[in-house]
Amino acid sequence: MVSDPVPGGDIIAVRDLVKTFSGPMGTVPALKGISFVVRPGTVTGLIGPDGAGKTTLMRILSGLILRDSGSVSIMGHDPGNDPLSVQRSLGYMPQKFGLYEDLTVEENLDFHSDLHGVPSSGRKGLYEPLLSMTGLGPFVGRLAGKLSGGMKQKMGIACSLLHKPPLLLLDEPTVGVDPVSRRELWEILHSLVRESGSTLFISTAYLDEAERCDDILILHEGGILGSGSPGSFRSEVQGHAFELIEGSGRPSRALDPVISALPGVIDTVLAGGHLRIVMEGAAPPRVPESSGGFRFQPVPPRFEDALMTRLWHSRKDLEQGRATRLPWVAGKRIQGGKGEQAIRVEHLTRDFGSFRAVNDLSFEVGHGEVFGLLGANGAGKTTTFRMLAGLLPPTGGSLMVAGEDVRKFPAKARQNIGYMAQKFSLYGQLTVYQNLRFYSSAYGISGKAQTDRIQEVLKFFGLTPYRDISAGLLPLGFRQRLALAASLMHTPAILLLDEPTSGVDPNARRAFWRIINGLVMDGVSVLVTTHFMEEAEYCDRLAIMADGGLLALGSPSEIKAQAKTEDLPAPTLEDAFVTLLSRAAVPSGLPA
Amino acid sequence: MKQALIRILELARKEFLALLRDKKSRTVLIVPPLIQLFVFSYAATFDLNHISYAVWNEDTGIYSRQLLARFSGSPNFRLVARVTHREEVAPLIDNRKVLLVLHLRNDFSRSILMGSPARVQALLDGRQSNTAMILLGYVQSIVSGFNDEIAVTRSVTPPIASIDLRAWYNPNLKSRWFIVPGIVGLLTLLISLLVTALSVAREREEGTFDQLMVTPLTPFQILMGKILPGFVIGIGEATLIILAATLLFHVPLRGPLDALYLGLFLFILSGLGVGLMISALVSTQQQGLLGAFLFLVPAIILSGFATPIANMPPVIQDLTLLDPLRYFLVVLRQIFLRGAGITLLWPEYLALLLIGVASLLIAGAFFKKRLG
Repeated sequence: MVSDPVPGGDIIAVRDLVKTFSGPMGTVPALKGISFVVRPGTVTGLIGPDGAGKTTLMRILSGLILRDSGSVSIMGHDPGNDPLSVQRSLGYMPQKFGLYEDLTVEENLDFHSDLHGVPSSGRKGLYEPLLSMTGLGPFVGRLAGKLSGGMKQKMGIACSLLHKPPLLLLDEPTVGVDPVSRRELWEILHSLVRESGSTLFISTAYLDEAERCDDILILHEGGILGSGSPGSFRSEVQGHAFELIEGSGRPSRALDPVISALPGVIDTVLAGGHLRIVMEGAAPPRVPESSGGFRFQPVPPRFEDALMTRLWHSRKDLEQGRATRLPWVAGKRIQGGKGEQAIRVEHLTRDFGSFRAVNDLSFEVGHGEVFGLLGANGAGKTTTFRMLAGLLPPTGGSLMVAGEDVRKFPAKARQNIGYMAQKFSLYGQLTVYQNLRFYSSAYGISGKAQTDRIQEVLKFFGLTPYRDISAGLLPLGFRQRLALAASLMHTPAILLLDEPTSGVDPNARRAFWRIINGLVMDGVSVLVTTHFMEEAEYCDRLAIMADGGLLALGSPSEIKAQAKTEDLPAPTLEDAFVTLLSRAAVPSGLPA
Repeated sequence: MKQALIRILELARKEFLALLRDKKSRTVLIVPPLIQLFVFSYAATFDLNHISYAVWNEDTGIYSRQLLARFSGSPNFRLVARVTHREEVAPLIDNRKVLLVLHLRNDFSRSILMGSPARVQALLDGRQSNTAMILLGYVQSIVSGFNDEIAVTRSVTPPIASIDLRAWYNPNLKSRWFIVPGIVGLLTLLISLLVTALSVAREREEGTFDQLMVTPLTPFQILMGKILPGFVIGIGEATLIILAATLLFHVPLRGPLDALYLGLFLFILSGLGVGLMISALVSTQQQGLLGAFLFLVPAIILSGFATPIANMPPVIQDLTLLDPLRYFLVVLRQIFLRGAGITLLWPEYLALLLIGVASLLIAGAFFKKRLG
């Protein structure tokens, strides 16, 4: 446990740290009096959703902003009073690292060496281990702007390590990085601790990365919700996790709302077609006899289960018991256009100049199916997604969405589509109400129907108190709800989602997917692109893309089965993804 | 049809809200044009006032005093020094103390009495050639007034032919009458460019442009939705500037309002079209702003706002035919000063309409191409 600050041995010691910001919505507490320590020679993960206060904490530790109260000690120095001493002994890699895109890898290294006052003699010897560790060796002459997302992050780490700091602060180094590159990044970080005895303090919004840390700090709404090793978290919920293996023949998706309403159920989540349940105690849910044969099987606990349990104890009220079926959709069968499939893609090709981004891609999405499009950065999934949405015309092949040819794409076919981009495309200056009004009228809803629909949406999504607040000022979770609301008001038959829940807290993600599942049961088809495994687990079927083509296609369990080896008898979805990609010998991290 | 209209109106409404709810863009649209109106109207003038001059009068007679009284009595001139020696002249001009030194030799009055030509020497600071030329004009007109008076009182035969000057439409040749109507055009162009050049770029930055493209809204409806607020804001601000021009700067508005507003409408159309063309090509608001000024500066210089188009080389003169501001300045000056009506201005209206429609079509094609 790292919750008791002991001065002396700890590389970071924080006590009662408070920081508030004053913004347009009044004073916002970012950190509400937190205390923790970080042991030297460890990888400590700071885990929390966007807006939890991770970046604020990082910036206070590195002496970039001042705290309101409390004490902070970095190797005996106070970053508030003596930022220069602190900055000399730590490396800080902010979310957007300052790489100069028009300089080569080597020139960037030279520049950062100059900044840190690294003597010019012997630089080559310094670069070599860094370059070989990050795998950037072959690319020293390449412009930094031409590196892939994962390689840029590795480059950032290399630059932060030039002055050999004993402590490295990394703010979300894996955001926007695909699973393969993410693994490589973590391997680099661990080898750093092993070989040079550095201490790493890493923030992340990905829960699965928690398991890779020695110690974990959970930051939630500016407070610390828990700290300890991943094992200690897991042991808290040992025996509390179950999987539904038989549910009277009904699909897991339909059973989710039933099971989650049972007493003692803390969390239910769809994982590759199965329903995973976390209980308050060590007994499976008690299903009334009348409902028929339900069978549950205990499964090993995960860090996320412990997190959900803590969240559940800290605020039992919020997401529980909220309706998950849109009032204007529930019960109606949604007709998904004329076609036999919701989406049919045949021999789809897209060229950018001489570069073929999508190469002879074919797949189908059935009505009422959740289909996931996965792939490393640069595999062509964004290009495919944009073509499906009609934002980019294909070079060749055919694309039918809701029975309409996307190439011609009459405006009325777009009436069938709901589109939600990763960036939550909202008009930040407009209020919640004005956004809803605009998007509903864009889909031809007007008059009384419009007023009623907006009222229903505000109520259903819990946005009524925010009705007259500018969308840009909303907290992230509410922005995501508003974006979903705006794309659902016209009851689309097909939903296109681009990493819809990246960065939001686990409760918000579950609430989001419950709504989606409700829609799917009413016949809505969903296509989601992601490299976020938690989202992929919600899919009925997945397509893994590489080099613009299809690498694997099937249900999550089929895909996991394809990657099964003797060393890895029960691969996770991420394991499967990484294995399949490396088997196809796709050079990782390299933009084609 | 009704559906389409509602959608366009909702788009325009959203556009308005996005512009007016944002304090920054609200300020950008209202404050700089008003500041520019005042700065240009007061500062941009060809008239010389308070010309500082010195007198070197070696004559003791009555005529030199009469002539000099005409200078000191003029509101345009301000006597700052009297000179008695040749050596004092150069430092006055070199140090920019005076723009003009008037030298009357000691035989000035005597020559007039004897009926032989009397000489006035005007020493000018030629480093500012434009100012010197204008100043010379002033000096000549004062001296010729003096000549006329002498000719009458001493019944000398006047020169055989003399010029009788009447400046129509601007009898006192006040340059403010020439410049302020031009500013109406200049600022209207600035506003209509900014409204559209920034709006699409802002949507691209926020990611709402894609969201807009996946709705059933057609590109035509989206373009209309972008144009409509431009018209309202453009005509509103132009009206404000026209009011300021007539009420504050007392520039006469002699022509009919329908002719003025028809011109304004067509001119804003072309401004919005060019703005949309720029916004189709850029991806950030910063690039949009740069693009707008890249168009604005040559458009002003080629319009004849300050320098006559007739003075430009023939190739450049041909280039000015593409400049909407060129035509609108004609419309403005004709209506303000001459009182022209619609019938006199149809070639300009036609040119503006052509430029407006062409730029909108090109903007539409750019959008299609960028999507493709």
